[in-house]
Amino acid sequence: MSKAAAVGAPSSPDPNRSCPQGQKPLVLELQAVTKVYASRPPVTALKEVSLSITEGELLGIVGPSGSGKSTLLHLMGTIDRPSTGRVLLTGLDIAALSDRELAVARATRVGFIFQQFFLSEHQSALDNVADGLLYAGIGLRERREAASLALDHVGLGMRLAARPTQLSGGERQRVAIARALAGNPAIVLADEPTGNLDSSTGQYILGLLADLHAAGVTIAVITHDKNIADRMPRRVELLDGCIVADSGQAPGTGRLLPVGGQR
Amino acid sequence: MSTAPLRVHRLRLSDSARLSTVGLRTRKLRAGLSALGISIGVAAIVAVLGLSSSSQAGLLNELTALGTNLLTVTNGQTLTGQPAELSKAAPGMIARIGPVTEVQYTGALNGVEAYRSPLIPSIETNALSVDASSLNLPETVGTGMAQGVYLNAATATEPVAVLGAAAAQRLGLDRIFPRERIWVGGLWFYVAGILRPAVLTPEIDSSVLIGFPSAEKYLGFDGHPSEIYVRAQTSQIDAVDSVLGPTANPETPNQVDVSQPSIALVAQADAKAALNSLLLGLGAISLLVGAVGVANIMLIGVLERRSEIGLRRALGATKGHIRMQFLSEAIVLAVLGGALGVAAGVLSTAVYASVKGWSVVVPALAWGGGFGIAVLIGAMAGLLPALRAARLSPTEALWAM
Repeated sequence: MSKAAAVGAPSSPDPNRSCPQGQKPLVLELQAVTKVYASRPPVTALKEVSLSITEGELLGIVGPSGSGKSTLLHLMGTIDRPSTGRVLLTGLDIAALSDRELAVARATRVGFIFQQFFLSEHQSALDNVADGLLYAGIGLRERREAASLALDHVGLGMRLAARPTQLSGGERQRVAIARALAGNPAIVLADEPTGNLDSSTGQYILGLLADLHAAGVTIAVITHDKNIADRMPRRVELLDGCIVADSGQAPGTGRLLPVGGQR
Repeated sequence: MSTAPLRVHRLRLSDSARLSTVGLRTRKLRAGLSALGISIGVAAIVAVLGLSSSSQAGLLNELTALGTNLLTVTNGQTLTGQPAELSKAAPGMIARIGPVTEVQYTGALNGVEAYRSPLIPSIETNALSVDASSLNLPETVGTGMAQGVYLNAATATEPVAVLGAAAAQRLGLDRIFPRERIWVGGLWFYVAGILRPAVLTPEIDSSVLIGFPSAEKYLGFDGHPSEIYVRAQTSQIDAVDSVLGPTANPETPNQVDVSQPSIALVAQADAKAALNSLLLGLGAISLLVGAVGVANIMLIGVLERRSEIGLRRALGATKGHIRMQFLSEAIVLAVLGGALGVAAGVLSTAVYASVKGWSVVVPALAWGGGFGIAVLIGAMAGLLPALRAARLSPTEALWAM
């Protein structure tokens, strides 16, 4: 995975972020986060959730529908703000950031992978990936260079000019993964990344995520599928807006476990 | 991972331009149809303004060719309302005014009618007038012969007539055969020629013109001129205008009417332009309909492109980025429509004007204004959809499907 190492490896650690000696810095920290939707009656989607993700982790967040997975994903991805509690992205308290600054934080520090891929059918794979960097203040040529590199790392270096309609489902998700990686984000959030794929393609995508993780990319996979979460080095279980189990960071390599693997 | 300060980046112009056409490139037919309304409106406005300017330019060109230095002196009315009489010496006196270059005159033969033949009932006068004329009238009033020849010193003394363009038409003559005759005042008059239309002096069109000597000899005319046509140096036209009355009738200058026919024609051209406001209104309505169409299509686009909007927000687009994308898309759409409309308007003006033989004039107000209005309409039509798109919360846009 030397290829993935080049794109996925984190740049030099943030000198401003304090971290204890010998411990990896926190990439994302949720402190007693509660999210209440102001509907009638008000819905409490998350209750006092605390979660810390350190650099280089691969974790699965699993829960049945209605457990607050999506809300957690929104808060982790800073596309929504908590009702109470604090969210720190690479040490930045998002409550202190304006909407515009938050958008920049998303552009430069968070990569999203969606179940539905969300690729533009009218653009080549290269431009789909390059557009992921559009709002990060990078010129077109540099965007395309980074995109070409990222596509290379997901094994699509030969299909830069292909339209999404000419690609298989697995290839499309790889394009979407390349888009999430192109900006070298602090954390990649994958929302049901295998939900639209058949099982063998899904396995391939999970393998790709594991390879990226091995190369140092921090990845959180949100899924309802226990089988997928079970294979992650760290597993966080969500039920009714609360974290009911957190396996914590696995010691050792943190490699993806075999199918049906038990700790 | 990036730890750079959180500086909000404005999109580069090239990126903005590319973004503003995303929706148009992916939905070409729909974009084309919605731009059509604006095209039609702008085309109507440009064509109306262009055609009226071209027709005015055509008329003014014609006037320039005919000359704006023609003045007419007409016998006015006496205090008691009777027609006043110009003296026989008036043309000669006017000719002695310095800047005057040509003087010609006609005298109306009141009570003398012209018919095709004696068999025509006397009531069928065709509203023709019979006038005695001096010998170089056509050159002075800016017309010429369509058929035959004008009166000369020989034919002026004989029963010979020349017909104005309208008079010839009403008498049923369109060419001159030898020994062609008409029945004037109870006598046969031979027809020597037919005049071309006299644009500056339409009263000559409906006249049957005969020589002064023959009018006096055969029809008992008193020889007093009733209308004097004066050409003067163009720069001196106002000065000549002011002395014409006293010169033509020194005793009672107020019984003389002096006019400059070209001025009346210019005023007429301007009045014609006023009619265009109706057509302009129609163009404006079509623009309004076009604007509603663009707004509608943009709103639908916002609904359809929720996931795109959500994705862009997740990729780090600010509300301002989304707003600008949709607003500029609407403006680009309207500008494309406007450009198409200006082109169509100019083209139709050019075709019509060249058929009519006018020079093609499309005033800057027409195409510039049409273009400007299109931009404005695009901005207004795109505002609401753009605000809506920007207000869409990214979580809703991405996951509410």
